[in-house]
Amino acid sequence: MDFVDYYKTLGVAKNASQEDIKKAYRKLARKFHPDVNPNDKEAHKKFQQINEAHEVLSDAEKRKKYDQYGENWKHADQYEQARQQQQQAGGGFGGFGGGGFGNFGGGEYTYSGGEEGGFSDFFESLFGGARGRRSQAKYRGQDYNAELQLSLTDAYTTHKQTLTINGKNVRITIPAGVENGQQIKLKGYGSPGANGGPNGDLFITFVITNDTGFRREGNDLYKTEDVDLYTALLGGEKTIDTMSGKIKLKVNPETQNGTKIRLKGKGFPVYKKEGQFGDLYITWEVKLPTNLTQKQKDLFTELSKLSS
Amino acid sequence: MENDELIPAEDFCMYHNIEYSFISSLEDSGLIRVTAVEQHTFIPADELQKLEKFVRLHYDLDINLEGIETINHLLEKIDEMNRQILQLKNKVIS
Repeated sequence: MDFVDYYKTLGVAKNASQEDIKKAYRKLARKFHPDVNPNDKEAHKKFQQINEAHEVLSDAEKRKKYDQYGENWKHADQYEQARQQQQQAGGGFGGFGGGGFGNFGGGEYTYSGGEEGGFSDFFESLFGGARGRRSQAKYRGQDYNAELQLSLTDAYTTHKQTLTINGKNVRITIPAGVENGQQIKLKGYGSPGANGGPNGDLFITFVITNDTGFRREGNDLYKTEDVDLYTALLGGEKTIDTMSGKIKLKVNPETQNGTKIRLKGKGFPVYKKEGQFGDLYITWEVKLPTNLTQKQKDLFTELSKLSS
Repeated sequence: MENDELIPAEDFCMYHNIEYSFISSLEDSGLIRVTAVEQHTFIPADELQKLEKFVRLHYDLDINLEGIETINHLLEKIDEMNRQILQLKNKVIS
């Protein structure tokens, strides 16, 4: 656990007036407030540091204590012992106002990640974790972020899934048509708010893996299908897979390699628009026959002569 | 996740210790949507989060209505840009 320089955090001098401290805090808070920096963890952390510094420096009693023992916090227990000895001996050791010291020891200086206002261990040790004066300032809890893996087949239909978030079971409905990287928000499922403030939200990001032969672009799907030379030349029918099942397609005579056809409404569902679907694009890839028999070769030669 | 619940504006103001005029200024600027039922104003639950954000910006950070409008506009633009980036990323990957 390291010493935290609150003056440096707010960028003010040690003899700064309350007005200067308030001004510096407001300026930094506007810059780093979570409401103007959504989903920015760095800004959130910085805001907690600014908040903590302001909590101490804007309170005359806390500031006095911090100025007196802040940098020497490692020796606070020694001061405390001395004070107790003085008291037992009937002495008049003064300066400590209402306890809160203790718990000094080794350990790392860490932020508690937004919970209960997110004050540092240094603060907790020096001021005993008391929030006191700023009890009227309500802060929204930190937002949680989670990833949810889905296959493209899963994303094709609306379905329910139960997630365990911080020991709580959360049942969510995943609407058909979610995109890779898309986020949904579950209001109030984040970290509890501070001082009676509202809970944060839970943001779930969908990570969609493609388990199909289709390529997805928005709501449209793309697929390349083989068609043999004879069907491509003479026309015919071919059964293909779509996301909603097999369908029979007519192949026009003299279909060229790379011909693209559009199957309206056979693509991916449009997110939160029931009954609306994108399109499916099929590209015909004409496969030439191999291992020709002598008779086939002769017939192709004849065709070739007819064409020239 | 949508909610049709309505919260009396009066209750909201009492809870947050704010003046009703702030809510009406936000509504006049088109920043929030409220519903009037028999001369009482109600806040739709799905507007609550946005409204609480504006309350914090105004009362905690001393940002005036014009500032809130600007911030809101820029945040909406960032949202839209993030959405476009996501779509383009997906296009590149696929």
